[in-house]
Amino acid sequence: MSSEKKEREPLFSARNRKLITLPLGRDNPITVQVLGICSALAVTAKLEPAFVMALSVIFVLGVGNVLIALLRKTIAPRIRIIVQLTVIATLVILVDQFLKAFAYDVSKQLSVFVGLIITNCIIMGRFEAFAMNNKSWPAFLDGVGNAWGYGWILIVVSFFRELLGSGTIWGYPVLEKIGLFNIGYENNGMMILPPMALIVVGVIIWVQRSKDKELIEEK
Amino acid sequence: MFSNRYIFIYSTVMVIIVAAVLSTVTMLLKPYQDRNITNAKMQGILASAEITASADDAKILYERYITEEVVIDHEGNVICIYKDQEFEKGDTRAFEIDLKTELYKKATGKPFKVPLYIAHVDKKIVYIVPLLGKGLWGPVYGNIAFDEEFNEIFGAEFGHDKETPGLGAEISTREFAEQFIGKMIFDETGRFTSIKVVKGGASTLPADQRIHGVDAVSGGTITSNSVTDMLEDCLENYVLYINKKK
Repeated sequence: MSSEKKEREPLFSARNRKLITLPLGRDNPITVQVLGICSALAVTAKLEPAFVMALSVIFVLGVGNVLIALLRKTIAPRIRIIVQLTVIATLVILVDQFLKAFAYDVSKQLSVFVGLIITNCIIMGRFEAFAMNNKSWPAFLDGVGNAWGYGWILIVVSFFRELLGSGTIWGYPVLEKIGLFNIGYENNGMMILPPMALIVVGVIIWVQRSKDKELIEEK
Repeated sequence: MFSNRYIFIYSTVMVIIVAAVLSTVTMLLKPYQDRNITNAKMQGILASAEITASADDAKILYERYITEEVVIDHEGNVICIYKDQEFEKGDTRAFEIDLKTELYKKATGKPFKVPLYIAHVDKKIVYIVPLLGKGLWGPVYGNIAFDEEFNEIFGAEFGHDKETPGLGAEISTREFAEQFIGKMIFDETGRFTSIKVVKGGASTLPADQRIHGVDAVSGGTITSNSVTDMLEDCLENYVLYINKKK
């Protein structure tokens, strides 16, 4: 501890950069740790709600990790889960209220899922595993990194589900404009249903593991 | 180690801070949220009359097209008329009536009143009835527009808060609402039939009843049945008024 204090770590040291980059790929919460799957299925039928969901989780996890890291020495271990839940719930309610005030349509689409960020296992997981033992800056990076690792999967999944299921990208009718429907193409209604999200996530996991052999478990 | 005393004080302070922050934010954002809800209500009413409005122009379009707001009591009498931003009769705007409260009064057998909107669209007079009912996970709602004689349905619009995406939530799609256009809520003898949302499709009904039915959404039986119940529960309140009018 004391030697660390003498020579201050640069803000974006190699160790800190890894906090951001690892969860994007090799330590991704969805594809590697398989956390937060439920909301990944539920909000990815369209690109816009998935994007807002990703931003909301980045906010909740980034700010939450900092708060927990700042409070970590004052939190009695016996009530740490209660404190963590209170922090999450407060931030989530704030997000929900702001969405209702400034992005009403999106908040209607996300409906219960904003509230369900509270139960997103990624957030509790990062509080418990990282923020309780680290300073606020690394905790912030870790939070943003993990939330973004969750978010980019959401965005990729919703991109394909919206494109193939509704023929649009962010509500813009791309496939109609390029004239695919005129030659007999039809939207695949199955893509809008939750099971296809699971399959798209599965394909992403497949692609990732075929590129990074180290992720494959040896039975 | 942390003493019990410390833990109690810590939790108390934490809860007080959280409560203060949350209630402040809620109070500050309330006006914005209320405005969104009002806009959404106006957009819904306009949508049933086939007018597409965004949140930004909902108020302007509402004032342009919805020329009259009428309040009707449970006996079918007109008790309030709000026309061209002024009261002609009574003192309640139909727009401000809480349908939930009124339907509750109806369910408990108390006198109630219901709103009716009158729009002028392309020189036609359109009557718009707001709807509210119970869905599978939460409320379902909508608006349904009729032609001048209350014979044919001019347009409809449905919404929900919590129905399952891809299944029950399909009631809010354009395809579902468009089925209602041209359907009738009275049969040839003038008896009220409402509109039924039929599992398996309206084509399974006897030929003379098809005009009173639409296709249900697949995988959303309970939501479809809720729409049927909602239509009957809300539309029957206007039967006396319509008969008096005829």
